[in-house]
Order: sequence, then C-alpha cells, then structure tokens
Amino acid sequence: MSWINLNAFSAYVIPVAVIAIVVFGLVRRVPVFDTFLSGAKEGLSSSLSILPSLVGLIVAVTMLNASGALELLTSFLAPVTNALGFPSEVMPMALLRPISGSGSTAMLTQIFDSFGPDSFIGRVASVIMGSTETTFYAIAVYFAAVGIKKTRHAVPAALAADFTGYVMSVLSIHLFFR
Amino acid sequence: MMNLIWAALLVISFVCAIVTGRMPELSQAVLDGAENAVGLVIATLGMMCVWTGLMKIAEEGGLTSFLAKLFSPIFCRLFPDYEKDSPAAKAICMNLTANILGLGNAATPLGIAAMEEMQAARSNPLSRTANNSMVMFVVMNTASIQLIPTFMGTLRAKYGSAAPFDILPAVWFASIISLIVGILVAKVMQGRRERERDR
Repeated sequence: MSWINLNAFSAYVIPVAVIAIVVFGLVRRVPVFDTFLSGAKEGLSSSLSILPSLVGLIVAVTMLNASGALELLTSFLAPVTNALGFPSEVMPMALLRPISGSGSTAMLTQIFDSFGPDSFIGRVASVIMGSTETTFYAIAVYFAAVGIKKTRHAVPAALAADFTGYVMSVLSIHLFFR
Repeated sequence: MMNLIWAALLVISFVCAIVTGRMPELSQAVLDGAENAVGLVIATLGMMCVWTGLMKIAEEGGLTSFLAKLFSPIFCRLFPDYEKDSPAAKAICMNLTANILGLGNAATPLGIAAMEEMQAARSNPLSRTANNSMVMFVVMNTASIQLIPTFMGTLRAKYGSAAPFDILPAVWFASIISLIVGILVAKVMQGRRERERDR
C-alpha cells in the first residue's frame, strides 16, 4: 500500500512496545530490571527446552529437502495449489503447521534458506506462521485437561480458520506489498 | 502421531535419495540440519529472553487483568452462557488476553483453568462431551491472535530480512479474518437446540 510507509511503521512497533511496557511497569511500581531478569530466565529455559524437538525436525526436513523429496512433493501439489493461487513451495509447511510447531518452523527455515524471507514465498510463509497456531496440539491439551472426549465441531471450525489463514496470507501479501 | 510423521520424513528422504542418487547430499543434510537447529535456537535465544523479560514486567504490573477487563465486553458476547463476573468468564478473558500479548507460557495454564471453570459450571460436570462455549474457546485458541509474533520476526531477521516486522499488518489482517471465520463456523455448526439442552 503506497499511502502507508510500511517500513517506517514497522520500525516503530518493537521500540514502542518495549518503552510502553517499561513505563507501564514503572507506573505500577514494578521493580522493572529485577522482574525483567526473572522473565528472561524463563525465556532462556523455554527456548532451550524446544531445542531437542527442533534438532529432530530440522534434521528430518533438511534431509527431505536434500533428497529431492520436498521438490517432488511440491511439484506434485503444484497443479492443485496453483489453481488456488497458492505458492506450492509453502504447501508442505502449511500441511505440517496444525500438527507440529517445531516441524513447521523447520519447514519455514528451509523456505527462508531457499527463497529468502523477503521473497513472495518467504512472506506468505511468514504470515501463515504468524497467523495460525498448532491447532491439533491446542485442541488435545485443552479438552484432555477436563476429560472431554467428544470435541464435536471443534476440529472442523478450527481447520476452517486455519484454511482461511492460508488463503488470507496470499491475499494480504498482495494487498500490503504492491 | 509425531512418531509416525517423523519416521516417515526420514524414511521417505532415504528412499528418495537412493532414487535420485543424492546420498552424499543426504549425508551432509544430517550434519547441516543438526547444526542449523542449534544455530537457530542461539540466534533467537536473546530476543526470546528480552521478550519474556518484558512480558514479565507487563504481567507483574497487572497488564493482563487490566486488558482482560477492557476486552471482556467483546469476549462475553461470544460466551453468552456465563455471567460477566463469573469465574469462567474471567478465566476466559484472562487466557484470550494472554494470547493477544503472546504470553505462551502463561496462556496455557490460564486456558486450562478456563476449561475447568466451564466444566464445573455445567449441570453435569462429569460430561465427556464438549459444550458450545468450550468449542468456541478452543477454536479461538487455535486461531493465533498474537499481536507481535516475536519468534517469527527474529527468525526473519536471522535469515537476513531487511525489515523483519514489515509483515505485521499482513499478519494482523490474516489473523483477524481467520479468527472471524473460525468464530462464525463454530456458531453456525453449534445449532440452536444444542445450546438450550447442554449448558
């Protein structure tokens, strides 16, 4: 969109968020630095705790790419996805997204590696990752917590939202980057 | 499920490498993949610490409960089964707000608390079938409503993006539309009769 300077706007988001949070903390008399440290420690351990699954899945996805299987899958899917205007290169990631967070992250790194994060394909993949969740994981965790076995329309409704997210990711890149 | 998928990825890679004659590349991929995974975690570690640190400040200052109160008129419309001040409504608002702020670690326990409150508020708290509010709540949790996806931004920066966060407006647009579709599909599929019968 030419009437918004996207770069200038996005450059503000992170600094404004940082300052707003610190000022908010000061106003509410939070010991800001001490609290920051204890939060950062949590971030450290949760980042490290995803390392094993990332190693396993990035190795698997890198192998899939190196063997040529990913290319094969992509060209196999191309007729269907092209008809929908969806880049077939993103499809393997989109298929893995609702099932595995680390798996789709691994796919995303392959896409960034091959096409770059600022390419059309890289941007579509980024928007999909940012606008969807690990659907089946969330459904399993929340219903299992209260012993619910019949989830009724939860899966179809959640998948409808995911599918919309995929379609909208392509549309929004056309909308915001032309 | 993941056991099967992971094994399938590996076996397919191996078979495909035999066919395409890319065994040397496959061998290299094992080493590269392992190294890249560690590189990725290291590259994002700093930013994840900064962000969880800042979010801890926001939490300690009571930002989640403040925003939860602010958002509750909107959220309550989606959960008509609960009074505005009921424990279930409060827990729902807290979880959804934590999701918007991207407090992944805090959002899940809040969400489980919300599910427990919803289950306890039913006429049959031992029911094994989800009610409409539970489905709506879980669907909203599966549609990402995170305002600033920091991990994704950091990943884009690591791979050399010129402006890692320039996709934010596109992410917000896609998120909102998919959230609305999720809510509408859940509403349409729940059916009126069901709601009166099972609260």
